[in-house]
Amino acid sequence: MPELKGQRVLVVDDEKAIRRFLRSILTAHGVEMLEAVSGGEALAAAAAGRPDLIILDLGLPDMDGQEVIRRLREWSDIPIVVLSVREDEAGKVAALDSGAADYVTKPFGTGELLARMRVALRQGSTVPAEPVFRSGDLEVDLPDRRVQVGGRPVSLTPNEFDLLRLLVVHAGKVFTHRQILVKVWGPGYAEDYHLLRVNISNLRRKIETDPARPRHIVTEPGVGYRLQTSG
Amino acid sequence: MMERHRPDPDALLTRVQAAEQKERRGEVKIFLGYAAGVGKTYAMLEAAQRRLVEGVDVVAALVETHGRRETQALLESLPVIPRRELNHRGILVSEMDLDAVLARSPQLVLVDELAHTNAPGSRHLKRWQDVEEILAAGIDVYSTLNIQHLESLNDVVAQITGVLVRETVPDRFLDSAGEIVLVDLPPPELLRRLREGKVYVPEQAARAIHKFFRAGNLSALREITLRRVADRVDEEMRAYMQSRSIPGPWPAAERLLVCVSGSPYSERLIRAAGRLAAELRAEWVAVYVDTLDRDRQVQENREYVWRDLRLAESLGAKVASLTAPSATPAIMEYALKHNVTKIVTGKPVRPAWHRWPKRAIVDRLIQQSPGIDVVVVDVVPREGHLHHPPVPDRQSSTFAYGAAFGLVMVATLAAGFLQLFLAPTNLVMIYLLAVVLAALYLGLRPAILTAVMSVLAFDYYCVPPLFTFAVEDTQYFVTFAGLFTVGVTISTLVAKARAHAAAVQAREIQTGSLYALSRDLAGAFGPEAVARSVINHVGEVLEAGSAIMVSRDLSMEMLAASPGLTIDDKEAAVARWVFQNGTPAGAGTSSLSSARMRHVPLQGTRGLVGVMALAFDPQVRVLPPEKDSLIEAYANLTAMALERVDLSRKASQAKLLEESDKLHQAVMSAISHDLRTPLVSITGALSSLREEGDRLPESTRRELVEGAWEEAGRLNQFVGNLLEMSRLEAGMLRPRLEACDVQDLLGSAATAIAHRSENHPVLISVSEDLPLIPLDFVLMKLAVVNLLDNALKYSPAGLPIELSAHPVSGRIEIEVADRGPGIPAEELEKVFDKFYRASREADIGGTGLGLAISRGIVEVHGGSIRAENRPGGGARLVISLPAPVEARTGSTIPSTGREHA
Repeated sequence: MPELKGQRVLVVDDEKAIRRFLRSILTAHGVEMLEAVSGGEALAAAAAGRPDLIILDLGLPDMDGQEVIRRLREWSDIPIVVLSVREDEAGKVAALDSGAADYVTKPFGTGELLARMRVALRQGSTVPAEPVFRSGDLEVDLPDRRVQVGGRPVSLTPNEFDLLRLLVVHAGKVFTHRQILVKVWGPGYAEDYHLLRVNISNLRRKIETDPARPRHIVTEPGVGYRLQTSG
Repeated sequence: MMERHRPDPDALLTRVQAAEQKERRGEVKIFLGYAAGVGKTYAMLEAAQRRLVEGVDVVAALVETHGRRETQALLESLPVIPRRELNHRGILVSEMDLDAVLARSPQLVLVDELAHTNAPGSRHLKRWQDVEEILAAGIDVYSTLNIQHLESLNDVVAQITGVLVRETVPDRFLDSAGEIVLVDLPPPELLRRLREGKVYVPEQAARAIHKFFRAGNLSALREITLRRVADRVDEEMRAYMQSRSIPGPWPAAERLLVCVSGSPYSERLIRAAGRLAAELRAEWVAVYVDTLDRDRQVQENREYVWRDLRLAESLGAKVASLTAPSATPAIMEYALKHNVTKIVTGKPVRPAWHRWPKRAIVDRLIQQSPGIDVVVVDVVPREGHLHHPPVPDRQSSTFAYGAAFGLVMVATLAAGFLQLFLAPTNLVMIYLLAVVLAALYLGLRPAILTAVMSVLAFDYYCVPPLFTFAVEDTQYFVTFAGLFTVGVTISTLVAKARAHAAAVQAREIQTGSLYALSRDLAGAFGPEAVARSVINHVGEVLEAGSAIMVSRDLSMEMLAASPGLTIDDKEAAVARWVFQNGTPAGAGTSSLSSARMRHVPLQGTRGLVGVMALAFDPQVRVLPPEKDSLIEAYANLTAMALERVDLSRKASQAKLLEESDKLHQAVMSAISHDLRTPLVSITGALSSLREEGDRLPESTRRELVEGAWEEAGRLNQFVGNLLEMSRLEAGMLRPRLEACDVQDLLGSAATAIAHRSENHPVLISVSEDLPLIPLDFVLMKLAVVNLLDNALKYSPAGLPIELSAHPVSGRIEIEVADRGPGIPAEELEKVFDKFYRASREADIGGTGLGLAISRGIVEVHGGSIRAENRPGGGARLVISLPAPVEARTGSTIPSTGREHA
């Protein structure tokens, strides 16, 4: 897990109260914070300040948040964490599909935001993932394509394993339905949500103790899935 | 004394209105001459040149120079709008390009020869109508006119010169002209120019020329022209005096009435009345009385009546059509009611014996009109216009007379047989029966023939001496007279009664259809429904296809049309024109008459609302006046209905706003409490920490923070509910359906309330064979969360809440069951109402939005929601959703095979 200390983060939000709140918690964690209040300022600040991460509010006064992401992605891979509201699932999905690393729904807790930031920063770094992933009772041996739950081996279909591997390699990061379908099954399956639900359901039956209350693969309603890590 | 010198307010108003009208409309200056060759075009061009020098934007749209060099020279320095070439049956004709003129929009346009009739295919029949449209566009016009083309003087001129001119301009056009310039040339001078070949004469008129250009004719025409212009000067003088309060002798208001009958003499009568009215400066009205006489001759006459009324209208008359059994009393009643001072009528044409037993209308009018002058005009018919074209007799004629003959034969046979038992005088009854039958079934004239033949047959066969027309007993003459008189009387009465019944029936059908339409329209809720009822009625009653169009964003939008009826670009353009100009156009009218359909503006009380297009059988060229008025009535009803629909839509919008306003207030009062309560805890906790955080023990600080955190969560959920509710209310909640795993749904919902349900175990059970259901996952999760929240509120601590999903006969039910106090039976229906709070416990918080939102969400998914009490205590809230049509069961489908590297 990369440390937040010493990272430079650009916060783009037109609400002064939110910038102030973020400044206090980010500074407390040793993060250097840059500020922008509009899309235009954000693009300028991203180019001039070279931040390691951008926290972007989707509801900006001058420019659509999606547009800001699109323009940033034209020249930069800086990870972006999006701030959004509950009603705007479509906006979140669009932001993720156009290249945002993750999102946080307002209002959010500090812990949640910091966790998302860490995951996003990790995606940007070049540190290779561990060959064996462990979280709770789940153990995934990536090179050997083996999965164990509570020490017992579990047999997965090739697609189920690819699905699990995608989530495990990017543990903690959210994937939209479309992103998973394209990465695991290929672009021709991008709209086949039915296929995805069936596989998630089957996978959960195999790796979750209580499939009705999944602890590993959690549903992000209206957006997608995320592999949740726990101590 | 001041009173008398104050200007008449009405007159002032008219003058102001006229001035305003001038601001919007262009003005026309007419160069008026008494004959061709007096130099009108030259004078017009000279005037135009002067305006050009003044810097006015002058354009010649149409100037006929007829090759005269001086005229040509004047035209050269003027910009000219090229004429439009039309191909009319292989002949190239050129007409003024009206659209080019309107597009060019100069300050002043020159349009020669106002009375010209446009080639077929032009927008208007007459050039003066083109000029009206130019004026309406705010462009000034210079034009020329010869006096013989003026409608009211048309026949006078024809009488003087013996040359009938067909091209006429209505008087009101000349009257409304801003200025009239008299172009005069003494007749000897004109004749000299004619001899020198300086006057253009169309070839076809070469023969008439000697008849026309005679010194006597020209002097007479010149006098008429000068008088006309002098009249106008006089009128302007009067207008001036009146507006400046110059006292003078004002004539009492005269009002003329002229009776129109559609006879060959009506036209002259109308023109005479028009002239008289003009001389008297009186209003005048042309009245036609429909006596419901269904005699075929009268029927055929109706087309002429209609034309007469049109003529009167074009001469400036008001037009009225009355329905009454008898003409004279109806005319008198109308005259008295409308303060008519003079009645104009024609001199009887037929000799008195020909009319017997009726008296001439003139006599009756004179007798019955105290206080009203009766002006009798000699109406010698114009040559070639004396008789209407003969009416082709229908099959009825020969057949009916034959049948009459047959009836008499049968009666005679019967009489021959009954002669053995009955006295001859009684046999008369058989013949009477024949007459009655003839009157009933064959019409008036055959019935009279029957009566005549009956008398003869009776005499020949039944009255001794038999088989001769001789009569022994002179008493039989009384029988003959009786048979004849009774026969004719019965025939007349029956014919009248039948005609009356037919007329009443026809009128009844019309009235009935109007009533039915207005009833249908009263029940029509949308503009489309209005249009469809109108179209149905038009189709039934007028036997015409129709379409209703309304204007929307500068274009015409079709509301509805008869099946198979299409509005092509041309018809749509006509409809647009009608909408812009507010006058009917298209087939059967004088504007854009080459169109296939007739377009009628729908004039509502607050402006035009649309256009009704009617497609009649192409065979029907002229519609009878009653159909015309029916179309008008339909158009009025339609316009009113469309307006009403529009108004009621606006009213219901206003009501909706009002209701949402009420909702707003309710929400405000309800939520101020629910918003503040969590804020109190949060503010309280934060202020303690801020002011004395250091002094508080660790456990207290924890407690405060936990409390504030929980309350903040509640506040957030509450705000979310409010937003969702308003989206539901606004109808903006449209589910994005995706195949969803119900187990995942229930799990997500349970997780969402996990931090609030520490004291309540939530048991989830999902049937194994449940298929994926098309749902909006986010919305449905919210619906379930709200049900769970409700259960949490009422469920005693420690008792489980059961969350389950299972298929029930073609549906899928999601159920939240608690072990709380249950819901009183009478409230089971109400728990999902907005702002409903259970009477069960007073201290349980919440605004009563949660369950209402759940219901809204379930309903937009096409499902239903209900509340029940559980056996053994507690409540059960059930969401019932339609199962997917194609059930792919989640548990059995294998992952698609894909080889992995």
